[in-house]
This record gives sequence, C-alpha cells and structure tokens, in this order.
Amino acid sequence: MTDVIRLGPELALLIAAGLIVLMDIALPVSREAARTKRALGFALALAGVAGSIGWSAVLIAADEQGEAFSGTLVVDDFSLFFNFLLAGITGMIVLASADLLARTRFHAEYLALVLASATGMMLMAGAVDLIAIFVALELQSICLYVLVGFLKDSRSAEASLKYLLLGAVSTALTLYGMAYLFGLSGATGLRDIAEFVSASGGDSGTRAALVLATVFLAAGLGFKMAVVPFQMWVPDVYQGAPTPVTAYLSVASKAAGFAVVMRIFLVALGEGLISSDWATMFAVIAAVSMTAGNLMALVQTDIKRMLGYSSIAQAGTFLIGLAAVAAQDPQLLLGASSVVFFLGAYAFTNLGAFIAVIAISQKIASDEIADYAGVAKRSPWLAAGLAACLISLTGIPPTAGFIAKVYVFNAAVQADLVWLALIGVLNGVVSAYYYLRVVLNMYAQEPASEETFQPSLSLGVAMAIAVAGMFLIGIYPNPLIQASESAAAVFG
Amino acid sequence: MIPINDFLVLSAILFSLGMYGVLARRSAVLILMSVELMLQAVSINFITFAVYLSPEQFTGVIFALFVITVAAAEVGLALAIILRLYRNKQTANVDEADIMKW
Repeated sequence: MTDVIRLGPELALLIAAGLIVLMDIALPVSREAARTKRALGFALALAGVAGSIGWSAVLIAADEQGEAFSGTLVVDDFSLFFNFLLAGITGMIVLASADLLARTRFHAEYLALVLASATGMMLMAGAVDLIAIFVALELQSICLYVLVGFLKDSRSAEASLKYLLLGAVSTALTLYGMAYLFGLSGATGLRDIAEFVSASGGDSGTRAALVLATVFLAAGLGFKMAVVPFQMWVPDVYQGAPTPVTAYLSVASKAAGFAVVMRIFLVALGEGLISSDWATMFAVIAAVSMTAGNLMALVQTDIKRMLGYSSIAQAGTFLIGLAAVAAQDPQLLLGASSVVFFLGAYAFTNLGAFIAVIAISQKIASDEIADYAGVAKRSPWLAAGLAACLISLTGIPPTAGFIAKVYVFNAAVQADLVWLALIGVLNGVVSAYYYLRVVLNMYAQEPASEETFQPSLSLGVAMAIAVAGMFLIGIYPNPLIQASESAAAVFG
Repeated sequence: MIPINDFLVLSAILFSLGMYGVLARRSAVLILMSVELMLQAVSINFITFAVYLSPEQFTGVIFALFVITVAAAEVGLALAIILRLYRNKQTANVDEADIMKW
C-alpha cells in the first residue's frame, strides 16, 4: 500500500487521463454534447493536475519518502521537485491548449495523451532502475510522437515521422548503453551499478567498457535533451507540431530528460573514476550546443524555429551545470542544484514565450517574425509579456533567466571551468541580438492592421502565471534556490 | 559452451547494420526495419548477459521482454504515421518529406 501511496502523483494524472477517455465514450455524440464534453475534459485534466500537485504536497507533509515497488522507483526531494514542476507545466499546457481544443474533434484523446506523457515524465524523475527508466522514457515519448502529429496538415505528419524515427534510434542507442551497464554490473538498480563502479577501482578494461556505455547513454539521452550533435530533429518538430505541444516538448520533455540524465550520471556513474570522463564530454557538448544553437537562431525567420534553436542553446547552458559536477562533493551539489534551478526558471520563461506566440500567431495567422511587426500597438499586454520572457531568456535582470545564468556560471567558475563560463557569457550576448530583434519588431515597427485583439481567458491566465512566476523568481529567488538545493542534496 | 564474446560481436554487428540502414535507406518503412534490427541487437545483448552472468536471475530476460513489447508499440504507431504521410504525399520516401528544411 505504501508503494501505491508513493506513486500517487503519477496515478492522479493517469486516472484523470482514463476518466477523460471514458467520459468521451460514455457521453452521446452530438454537437451540443461536444461542448459539454470539451468543458468536462478540460475540468478533469485540470483536476488531475491539481490532484497530482496536492498528493505531492501530502507526501511532503507526511514525510512519506523512500523507495517503492522493490527499489524501482523512489520518492525523494529530487523526484518531488520534478513532480511539482512537471505537474505545473502540464496544467499550464492544458490551459494553453484551450484554443487548439476548440478547433478539433479529438479533444479527449489530446488531453489523455498530454496527461499520460506527463505521467511518463514524472516516472522518469522518480525511476532508479534501468528498466523503470526505459519504460517511463517510452511512455512519454510514444505519447509525444502522437501529439506532434496531431494536426491534420502534412507539416505536422512530417514532423511526427521525423521525431519518431530519430526518437526510436535514440532509444536503441540508450538501450545499448544500458545493456552494457547491466552486463558489467549484473544489476539494473542505479545504486547497485554505483557500487559496482566504485568496487571496480579503475581497472582499465572495465573502465573502457564503462566509457563505451556512458557514450551510448549520453548519445541516446542527448536526443531527449536536444543538445548538439543530436539536435537535428528540434527545429522541424518544433515548427511542425501544434504550438502548445511545442511548448510542452521544449519545457517538460527537456526537464524530464535532464532529470533522467542527472539520476543516471550522478547516481550510477557519479564515482570520481568515471565522472571526470563524462564531465569533460558534457563540457564540450555544452560549448558546442550553445554556440551552434545561437548562431543558427540568428538566421531564422519563423518564430517557432527560432525558439527551437534557442532551446538548443539553453540546453547547452543547462549542461554547463552538469559539466561543473567535478569529483569534489560540494561542487557536485552546486552544479546539480544550478541545473535544477535553471530548469525551474526556464520553465516559466519559455512557457510564457510560447503562450504569447500561441495567442499572437493565431490572430495574425502567421509564425513569421516579420509579421510580428507592431504587435505592441495591437495587443499591448501580450507584446509586453512576450518581451519580458524574451528578455529573461537573454538573461537580463530582474528576471528569472538572469539569476539562473548567474547560478550556472558560478557553478562553472567554482569547478575551474572558467572557459566554459566565458563561452556562456559570450553566447548570451549573441542571443540578445535575435531575442531583442523580435521585441524591436513588435515595438518599433508599424502594424499591418490597426485591429486590436485579446488572448482567450485560459491563455491569458496561463500567460499571467508564467510571467508573474518569472519575475517572482527574478526578484525573490530564495525559495526556488532552497528547493533546488534540497533536490540536489539527494546526490550528496 | 559458445564464448560470450561471439554473442556480443553478433549483437554489435547487427546494431551497426541497423545504424547503417537508418542512415542509408530512404524509405521510411526500411528505416523502421533498420531500427528494429538495432533493438533486436540490444535484446540479444540483454539475454546473453542474463544467461552468462546471472543465470539465477531473470532481470536481463525481463528487460528484453520490455524492449520487445515497447518496440512493437512503437512500430504500430510508426506505421500509422507513415500511412498518414503517404495519404498526404503519395510517398513513404523520407527525402520527399521536405516541407521544412531537414
């Protein structure tokens, strides 16, 4: 029973998903019923999210932490942090999908898939066994493949095919790495693997095999985190997918991917013998991702593609934190907590940006940056919100992005990775050009039409939450810093 | 008994063939088959390790079962998506799926 209680946050989402599908089948098919169904599905989805957040809070209040299901899952500060983050993001995505749902017949399927993939993401953050990690990874991926192809146009189908084929290859790569980890240690539990790694004591043959497994794992999971050189799917999928799904991919899927990477690399492969190898690897990937992502973003004309490349650059910045995890323990925690903090801050910022893009793009019927000219005159609040989020992505105070960047760069400097921090700062300067170009376009250019517009209620609410959260973290970051420090303490 | 290395080499060859197929083939269906080859290579690895290293435990075999099940789900979905692309464009060639820059 304690197992089930500890699985509560995930179960709440899954039950809501099941109820939505059942509700859709049970109610009659008619035009009037469709409206009721949509409202009911929407309410059920939000109730599931609320239930999940509430259950996580209860787990904290009751101090119900520890392993579940014979050591395959764990409830600790790290998984609880991601429960809150992922459930919160899912709620925002449900709100942001309201306009999309009004245009499709398949709203029940859409909501159920979003909730099921959120379940997978939460399990990814809580899984401490290779089998559980693999199943959770696939649960979220398979749902996302469908969601990416949700629109009827051929662009969406193409994006979904590309995502699925590359995702399947990345799964195979991850599994190959896992197979060798299992073959070497004879165990699938991350703690058991960690014991094996420290007991192997630097035997050169074992170490070579471990490095091989590490490279395969990093390559496979690199697809999920969307870092160079495994980023080629990002722009196409971001452009082709429905925009709420793009936002979901760029925030939730990425956060879950980083959670898995931190679990595997810091718990199973955290031993000093091997961590120095992958720390260097991540440092190089971070530098290349930031530079390539930012340079490619400079030349984009489609705002979703631009945000796609920008998310590659941001993923590179997260990786700085992981690279900063050098052998010494105190730095290990600083690097890990900086990544967790960045993921939280980035979630608010990027969600805000994408929600603004959803609201603006559907009114001006275009994703082209050039068509954003003069939006500030037509919808001042949306333009201000988008501008604030883009400023936060650039890393200018008093926003969440600024604190997050300072935190990560500080971790890098503490770990003697000054060169990496310098590359990060330089990239921040480059990124200012393309982020602020959008802002300039909205404020300095003349609009194509004088017609003003407002976002729908649910989009407005989601937007307000995202922007408020972003400024709150920027001005008063202490609670999030403490939360991410206690989350990272799990790896201590 | 056949040495464990033979199985590992077999699986490495299968995995590489699959990888080559993914990179070289242009038909989405053939790419999918190549991915399957990679996944089966992984299954062989798991079963080999399970049999040779810890025959009294079933962890590796169970892992292989999970791999097979998930791969089946993935193929079902992939074929549906390929069919939809085919309806839109009358082709399953990934080179012609080029509305967006690849």
